[in-house]
Amino acid sequence: VNWELLLVQTLNGVQYGLLLFLLAAGLTLVLGIMNFVNLAHASLYMLGAYLGAAAFAASGSFLLAGAAAVLGTLLIGLIVERTTLLAFYARDHLDQVLATFGLILFFNELVRVIWGPQPVYMRAPDGFTGAVSVFGALYPSYRFLVIIAGLVVAAALYFIIHHTRIGMLIRAGASNARMVSVLGVNIRLLNTLLFGLGAALAGLSGLMAAPILAVQPGMGDNVLIVVLVAIVIGGIGSVRGAFFGALIVGVVDTFGRTMLPLLLRQMAERSVADAAGPALASMLIFLFMAVVLAFRPQGLFPARK
Amino acid sequence: MTFFPEPLSWRSPRVAVVAALIAVLALLPAVTAAISEPFYVTLVARILIFALAACGLNLVLGYGGLVSFGHALYVGLGAYVVGLLSFHGVTSGWVHLAVTLAASALVAWVTGLICLRTSGLAFIMITLAFGQMFYFLGVSLKQYGGDDGLQIAARSDFAPLSIQSNTGLYYVSLALLLATLYLSWRLVHARFGRVLRGAKSNARRMRVLGFPLLRYQVTAYVISGCICAVAGLLLANLTKFTSPAYMFWTVSGDLIVMVLLGGIATVIGPLVGAAVYVIMETVLAGYTQHWMLILGPIIVLIARFARRGLYGFLLR
Repeated sequence: VNWELLLVQTLNGVQYGLLLFLLAAGLTLVLGIMNFVNLAHASLYMLGAYLGAAAFAASGSFLLAGAAAVLGTLLIGLIVERTTLLAFYARDHLDQVLATFGLILFFNELVRVIWGPQPVYMRAPDGFTGAVSVFGALYPSYRFLVIIAGLVVAAALYFIIHHTRIGMLIRAGASNARMVSVLGVNIRLLNTLLFGLGAALAGLSGLMAAPILAVQPGMGDNVLIVVLVAIVIGGIGSVRGAFFGALIVGVVDTFGRTMLPLLLRQMAERSVADAAGPALASMLIFLFMAVVLAFRPQGLFPARK
Repeated sequence: MTFFPEPLSWRSPRVAVVAALIAVLALLPAVTAAISEPFYVTLVARILIFALAACGLNLVLGYGGLVSFGHALYVGLGAYVVGLLSFHGVTSGWVHLAVTLAASALVAWVTGLICLRTSGLAFIMITLAFGQMFYFLGVSLKQYGGDDGLQIAARSDFAPLSIQSNTGLYYVSLALLLATLYLSWRLVHARFGRVLRGAKSNARRMRVLGFPLLRYQVTAYVISGCICAVAGLLLANLTKFTSPAYMFWTVSGDLIVMVLLGGIATVIGPLVGAAVYVIMETVLAGYTQHWMLILGPIIVLIARFARRGLYGFLLR
């Protein structure tokens, strides 16, 4: 066994998982508490990446890029929520899915008009372009930054949700929104806050992903589906579930892509393995989700109701 | 047993609309041949094929109340059956059809059983995930073109019928669509359809009445998958091409828009919706290359205001 490879792949899996978590956290809160399916979360992630990359290219400062990505998506998120999505809160899921699907098409085309169809590349910020040595294995330091950012956000969310008044209201809203409203809490304001928080997190994850992935139109769509898988595995509406679900998906997907073709090559003929390996690897997280659902339809870490 | 499953008033506007629609569709190839604009046959064949897929989706989405966001899977499955069998030298359309039906029924049965363990939000996400799973499977099939798709050398051979000409394919698609529409009309008014609709409006009550809902819903899911797969078979024959793009999740979204636009839970709605949507796409795409910039907001407006759809509007 190649321990170095194993270590690097584990780190890659955790890094991918935490990136997914940044997206999943906002999405699952909106899903669980407002009972609203926001597919346009994928667009906010994409916009975060574009805004961040543009600000970074213009200023050279990663902090400014972060501010542009987070505040920009926050603002866009709030505008979209107020102008368009507010009317869909009381509608059924079908209408919500359709409306946010329309928004995705719109934003994908919008960035194509503004930034062109070619991918935009963003380099890692100064000081994070190199690699650090972990137990003898070299690992890009920027990816460590992503891991740290993910863990910081997870800890902050945990603190907010479990130890602040706002968090208490969020939890209360999750179990009975109408009751919270009757007790005199402005649930609409709370909803907007939540939506804004989710949008900002989506922007942050877009920025963090920008130096690793190509920034291009539609970049959020595929990630969105993986995030939905993570949420379903973790349990809809639970941030804890989103955290573990995202980590599991990140690690399973990363290992599936690197290890499965190698493993198959030892068991089957090379031509068969080369054909089946990538196919199986790309299906792995979905098969994993199917197995989880077959035994626990509510997810592994469901929200306590 | 009568021919029509529900009483019809011959003077109601919808009978007139449906009769006019069928007449136009039946005469269209002759008209386009007369004015030598053969492009329209291909365009309307495309409409018919998407109408067939939307009709399949409508069965679970409209009548069953099951929001599937992954029905492009079956369209792609049908297209890939044609592509893969032709690639390996099997050209008989009847074999293509049989394999398409068997494969889609199997996939729909297995994924349906898993998806239907959940409901509501989770159901939407899981059907979406399964759709993307097959999309990625198609992308990873490098020996069959992967991302770029697979050219199909010749159309399926449905001897003694022929779909080698666009007109032939058009009439086969039209016949299949009309037959499917009629059968789905019968189906939703039969006991099966009533149970399905009952499950949509009050699942708990239906269970208490003793109906094994899962069995009905899985059956509807399988039928719906098979209809979409046949649409995929026709689509691959129309374009002589199959690609993972047919399974991409936005295609599932397009199908939902067609159902809603035409009139959810109406028999003719999917045809009306598909026609308006495909024409709208074509017109917008001819107008600007950034047509999605216009289509996106239109979809938002459809979701916001088209509660009963264009055809549903007539039913009032």
